[in-house]
Amino acid sequence: MARNALAILFCAWIAAQAVALAEMDASEQARQQQRRAAELAKAPPRAHSLTNPLADDPQAVAAGRKLFEEHCQECHGERAVGGKKAPNLRQEEVQSAAPGVLFWFLSNGNLRHGMPTWSKLPEPERWQLVSFLKSLAAEREAASQPMPGR
Amino acid sequence: MPFYLEAFTNSFCKLSASMPVVLLRRILPWRFSILLPLMLLAFGHSAQTQEKPYFVTYDHYLEEPGSLEISFNPLFGTQRAGNNFFAAWTEFEYGATAWWTSEFYLDAQTTLGDSTVFTGFRWENRFRPLQHEHWVNPVLYAEFEDINGADKTLLEVVGHDVEADHAVPNALARGERAREMELKLILSSAWKSWNISENFISEKNLSNQPWEFGYSWGISRPIGLKASAARCSFCKENFAAGIEMYGGLGDWHSFGITDSSHYLAPVLAWNIPSGWTLRLSPGFGLNGNSHRFLLRLGVSREFPGFGRTVSHLLGER
Repeated sequence: MARNALAILFCAWIAAQAVALAEMDASEQARQQQRRAAELAKAPPRAHSLTNPLADDPQAVAAGRKLFEEHCQECHGERAVGGKKAPNLRQEEVQSAAPGVLFWFLSNGNLRHGMPTWSKLPEPERWQLVSFLKSLAAEREAASQPMPGR
Repeated sequence: MPFYLEAFTNSFCKLSASMPVVLLRRILPWRFSILLPLMLLAFGHSAQTQEKPYFVTYDHYLEEPGSLEISFNPLFGTQRAGNNFFAAWTEFEYGATAWWTSEFYLDAQTTLGDSTVFTGFRWENRFRPLQHEHWVNPVLYAEFEDINGADKTLLEVVGHDVEADHAVPNALARGERAREMELKLILSSAWKSWNISENFISEKNLSNQPWEFGYSWGISRPIGLKASAARCSFCKENFAAGIEMYGGLGDWHSFGITDSSHYLAPVLAWNIPSGWTLRLSPGFGLNGNSHRFLLRLGVSREFPGFGRTVSHLLGER
């Protein structure tokens, strides 16, 4: 009996979490997007000086795209234009950020605002993701174009 | 043939004929055996995960927010002065937020020549108190478990847990009920693509027993560090390998490694692009109080859109 009650409580708790996500309104989403983008400005000076060791790797964008699909698109959307839970990665604040800053942010995440830390991915994979993100700059004006690396 | 392979082969052959029925009827409570396949069908969308290979040790990476991971983890163990056994736990891990993960476990075991019993449940929560990555990343862990004395999942080894505890017949052992609170301090570091994790465990039986202590640590690394551009099942980056060690540290009245058991276990994980993760870990007892051999397997699948799917079901526009 106690087991059943606990199981029901657990299910109710999961449902409550889901409802809380659903109740986030549009203005809150916009505020969150700005807040998350502002997090990039918190990167330490040494992050700005980091260079992408895979910048010249012709496979890096395609590999980064694969990693994006596996780990990021659930929140950031198939086209990286963001969603309820995560910001648009084509926006100016992201695309104008130094590669080292993006790498720092990927590694650290922003737990309070829903971004997990991705230091569980090896460093080269994080740089591949950075390569992919920077490749979005070329087409951010034309959001309807196919994504690079396909 | 090494003793552990012989023991495993003999036990597996004896059990294999009846295992499917046993699993369906007894290891998994009947409600759960219906619920699990339905969930797998209902939430078919999955994504490749990057699971660490540990079975006992925790690192600082939590489940992604809104994701549900379901895993089934069978264990085979040799037993001196008793019968070898199979145990299993089924785990539901949900990322409530980026800094909070909650897990629910169902435990069961089959002792050869004895019986199959459902041994209880656990509910654990892990919290990351710091918002960013550091050299050492702490995670706070709190668990409530309601299990009986027949539990043999060896999810943690604490106090003076020894092999002889598991030689008691199920009919007797299941009569002992343990409602316990378990607290862990998880410290974990990412260093040059290696993960190094240390867990300090304290456990309290709520029925006026002393605090018991234990430890585990693990080190692991992906075998390939760069992702390939194409999807592939057997690429090096899909594999991670490492080693973990765990054991008891006595209790409040007799702290130390005397009369405790300890294990060393290589671990291997294979993250398949279809969203499944397979894990394998042969474990070896390090002293006379330990089971001589444990073989752990893990099959898990992640459902990244679980929270969103549930919210849709509940009427989100």
